[in-house]
Amino acid sequence: MLLIECPWCGPREEPEFHYGGQAHVVRPADPAALSDADWAAYVFLRDNPKGVFAERWCHTAGCRRWFNVLRDTVSHRVLAVYRMGETAPAVDPALVEGAR
Amino acid sequence: MTEHTQDGRRPDGGLIDRSKRLRFRFNGHWMDGHPGDTLASALLANGVHLVGRSMKYHRPRGLLAAGPEDPGGLVQLHGQDPARTDPNCRATQVPLVDGLEADSVNVWPSVERDLGAGLGAAERIMGAGFYYKVMHGSQWMWQHGFEPLIRRAAGFGKAPTQPDPDRYDHRHVHCDVLIVGAGPAGLAAAQSAICSGARVILAEQDERLGGSLLARDRRIDGWSGPDWVAAVEARLRACPAVRLLPRTTVTGYYDRNYLVALERVTDHLPLDQAPAGRPRQRLWHIRAARVVLATGAHERPLVFGDNDRPGIMLAGAAQAYLHRWAVLPGRDVVLFTNNDAAYEAALDLHAAGASVRAIVDSRLEPGPGLPARARAAGLRIMTGYVIGGTTGTARVTGASVTKRDGAGRALPHALDTVACDLLLVSGGWSPVVHLFSQSGGRLRYDDDRVAFVPDRAVQDQACVGACAGTVALAECLAEGAAAGAEAVRRAGFDPGPARPAPAVVAPEPGTIAPLWWARPAAGQEHAWGKPFVDFQTDTTAHDIRQAAREGFESVEHVKRYTLTGFGTDQGKTANINALGILSETLNRPIPQVGTTTFRPPYTPVTFAAMAGRDRGDHLDPARLTAIHDRHVALGAEFEDVGQWKRPWYYPHAGEDMAAAVARECRAVREAVGVLDASTLGKIDIQGPDAAEFLNRVYTNAWKKLAIGRVRYGVMCREDGMVFDDGTTARIDQDRYLMTTTTGNAAAVMDHLEAYLQTEWPDLRVRLTSVTEQWATVGLAGPRAGVLMARLASGQDLSPAAFPFLSWRLAVVAGLHARVFRISFTGELQYEINVPWHQGGALWDAILRVGVDLGVTPYGTETMHVLRAEKGFIIVGQETDGTQTPGDLGLDWLVSKTKPDFIGKRSLSRPDMLRPDRRQLVGLRPKDRRPKDSRQVFPEGSQIVEPGAARRPPPVPMLGFITSSYWSPALDSGFALALVAGGRARIGDTVSVALPDGERPAVICDPVMYDKEGARRDGHPDAARRAA
Repeated sequence: MLLIECPWCGPREEPEFHYGGQAHVVRPADPAALSDADWAAYVFLRDNPKGVFAERWCHTAGCRRWFNVLRDTVSHRVLAVYRMGETAPAVDPALVEGAR
Repeated sequence: MTEHTQDGRRPDGGLIDRSKRLRFRFNGHWMDGHPGDTLASALLANGVHLVGRSMKYHRPRGLLAAGPEDPGGLVQLHGQDPARTDPNCRATQVPLVDGLEADSVNVWPSVERDLGAGLGAAERIMGAGFYYKVMHGSQWMWQHGFEPLIRRAAGFGKAPTQPDPDRYDHRHVHCDVLIVGAGPAGLAAAQSAICSGARVILAEQDERLGGSLLARDRRIDGWSGPDWVAAVEARLRACPAVRLLPRTTVTGYYDRNYLVALERVTDHLPLDQAPAGRPRQRLWHIRAARVVLATGAHERPLVFGDNDRPGIMLAGAAQAYLHRWAVLPGRDVVLFTNNDAAYEAALDLHAAGASVRAIVDSRLEPGPGLPARARAAGLRIMTGYVIGGTTGTARVTGASVTKRDGAGRALPHALDTVACDLLLVSGGWSPVVHLFSQSGGRLRYDDDRVAFVPDRAVQDQACVGACAGTVALAECLAEGAAAGAEAVRRAGFDPGPARPAPAVVAPEPGTIAPLWWARPAAGQEHAWGKPFVDFQTDTTAHDIRQAAREGFESVEHVKRYTLTGFGTDQGKTANINALGILSETLNRPIPQVGTTTFRPPYTPVTFAAMAGRDRGDHLDPARLTAIHDRHVALGAEFEDVGQWKRPWYYPHAGEDMAAAVARECRAVREAVGVLDASTLGKIDIQGPDAAEFLNRVYTNAWKKLAIGRVRYGVMCREDGMVFDDGTTARIDQDRYLMTTTTGNAAAVMDHLEAYLQTEWPDLRVRLTSVTEQWATVGLAGPRAGVLMARLASGQDLSPAAFPFLSWRLAVVAGLHARVFRISFTGELQYEINVPWHQGGALWDAILRVGVDLGVTPYGTETMHVLRAEKGFIIVGQETDGTQTPGDLGLDWLVSKTKPDFIGKRSLSRPDMLRPDRRQLVGLRPKDRRPKDSRQVFPEGSQIVEPGAARRPPPVPMLGFITSSYWSPALDSGFALALVAGGRARIGDTVSVALPDGERPAVICDPVMYDKEGARRDGHPDAARRAA
């Protein structure tokens, strides 16, 4: 079970949160302009990296705010949290098990 | 009945209280033990070696080990008590209490004479994967032949049949340092971590701290092992920041140093002495900044013919029984070893007065330490020999020593048969890396130690002592002390100066050479008896070789095919031997064969402990409406909808469900019904961009909805599939009230908030759930208008003045209310919303004022029938996440002009436009028979072409039934269904495939009642009659 540092509330147990999948997948401004394949890629295709993954979480049972998390998918270590609209901070590669 | 006395108990020594005697009963025989005993040590003290029978071959089995790794000593506790009986307890971990009752598991009729033992002869057909090879053929044979046979023969203990009367608890804690295991390394770690201010938890599965120091003759700084442990324990207890948790097994190690531990709080006390108010067991949820794993090591047995008889015991276990419990487990002892360390057991037993008949060492050259001492003590040492087989039934009586040939195999004829009643075995030590591995750490095979040891950790932790592969006591203490100090430092505290290294007296551990199987010479594989690898699942070395021969080369496959490690002990003594044999069979080094995954729990956890207080009514919160007590008083049956308790139907005396629902349906269609609709989700939406927001989340247009008006909408997910539906009312310029389905309310709230926060943070919109702020009561039926007029006297709420799909503020029964004109029944319907706490008063007034109108409470079942007659969908019943609005006939709700809404782009993907998509239709039985309730097709039934079921499979499925009821209004069964290309097939006959054959049905329009909508504003006839 993860321990996630909500940027608003501090560290809380994983059951308080709701997972929102990959972060920074921007909804197309004009979906009608997209080909079927491009739209399907937006709706259905997500990255599945070994190592650092930027993903969205919502503190559903707390402040109900969405935010971003950088997580190592090998060690499940939460490497950084940052608010919606912010860019991902740099991560110390030494902390990333998935980089080995 | 045999009289048992403590013949095996030595007159002095051990950590037991001889001043007190405890009486206990095993398999009906009364015996004595002392406080400090486990059930296992007490049985051995009474000379009982035969404890149970094995799962598959029903072989007699005894105690192999002295701790949690023991595979054979499983007992059923409190067998007479159907509520407290506890199956599959490890005798080695059951504290002896006065009056304890224990029985062997998996024996019939008794452990001494078990009729299943004949199965041993069937090994040739019961080898690895035998059930795949033998037990196929007809389903009848499986149900009536194999399965009852296996259920009789296999399996372990019996589950309790009555509810557990005891209390169980959960506790959640944070700490700076968690130390798992209170052996020498764990105690050293705790000692250097205390008094730094760090919060330290020390968890030990045993009731005593000390680990191996209780089981060996050691000296630290001049103290005996137990005395040193007592001194350290006193220091730990004096430190308030330390929490000592004896009898607590850490069973799981999860992400981010989250560990779960089971504390047996009162299991060591007789039932009548357990303090009131304390739980029997407690599950700890521990989040630690730093973890120190000092979990020790398990000794492995050796694999040779008939190596499973009672009286065959791990060398270190015999030392534990001797030193800790003052039990001499045998008098004529043979030791079979591949390492130096095990010689100490022979020396200890020799010193205790046992006769050591032989030390059989598979190696040609033992090391210089302990073996030299054994030689000096005059013990007979046979190097380069192995034990091929054993004799005895209820207890070992002899060991056949044989030479190894040039290839290291056991020759088929015994050089010597040594009589013995205790055969000690030692195949080396496996570090207890279970928790380390669960935490994500990687293992490394160490050739010198012949063991897997922790390699690289992934979490904030350290492994110390035997768990890290360290053998020498002085090094274990040093590692523990260093790790404790480091853990404190990393948690942000100052550990203070290091303590001086203690002076230690302990033998040199010596060397080891692998011996995975004392395998008989080529062609003589079965010359000796069965070479068991996993004593609990009865896996033999032959099974592992057979699995490899049949192509199961991956260790994970071999494990599953042979069941190695599948017992309640999870193969603690078996897995590495199995791996070694597989490695030899495949001729691949062990690191390339790999190891299986260690999964929680380390030792079994009771379901009661997992459930804790979350039992019965506490399993899940029940949400009750403000009117709930009225429903109870009316005798309603309730239905769970999410966490809500909703009235399902209100049976009158003598009515069954069908009769009650039919009566309620008729009341709504002919008079007036009243429904508690408070559970529908309600979301208050406010902000200047609220209309724009609704426009984006619903498929239809919202910008022109006037204040006071209501609109129905469906919302999709981005994939174009219907997610929820409901009505939304415009309350004010920048304010709307959205309703959602009952079960989906939280999900819709999450969905809306997600879009507002992540995709459209520029929209000025705020959402508040007001589900529990408003109690909602619906009036429906041709007389609803009359009833409404009485309730809201002086206000014109007639259909003419108050049009469909609008809402009003009104005073209803003296209460300030929002009244909505919406309809889920097709009848004239008002939904009256009042503040939550006034719901009961509103309900009472309605029933009082409407009594002469025939006002009738109706439940969810009637609501379902009425809405289905009108073809109204229920999200989650007509939908399963694969229906577009078009599939449900809701095309008219999908805006063609809006540039975008959630899911819009997906609706024009080619697959969404296919004519053979499953579409919502109605379905009526073709040969309609009035009053025949068998004509209600089961929901979920598959729909096929007529005659398709008689054609050879596969039979194409056209679709399936989503809702199906008896309709009093139609005097017929009817259904809603999703059928491929269904709208183009209205009028066609199809078949509903049922187990007893096909039933013909006609596809029809989903709106089967009042298609023209004449009743929506009140049926003129009915209203007139009521007036």
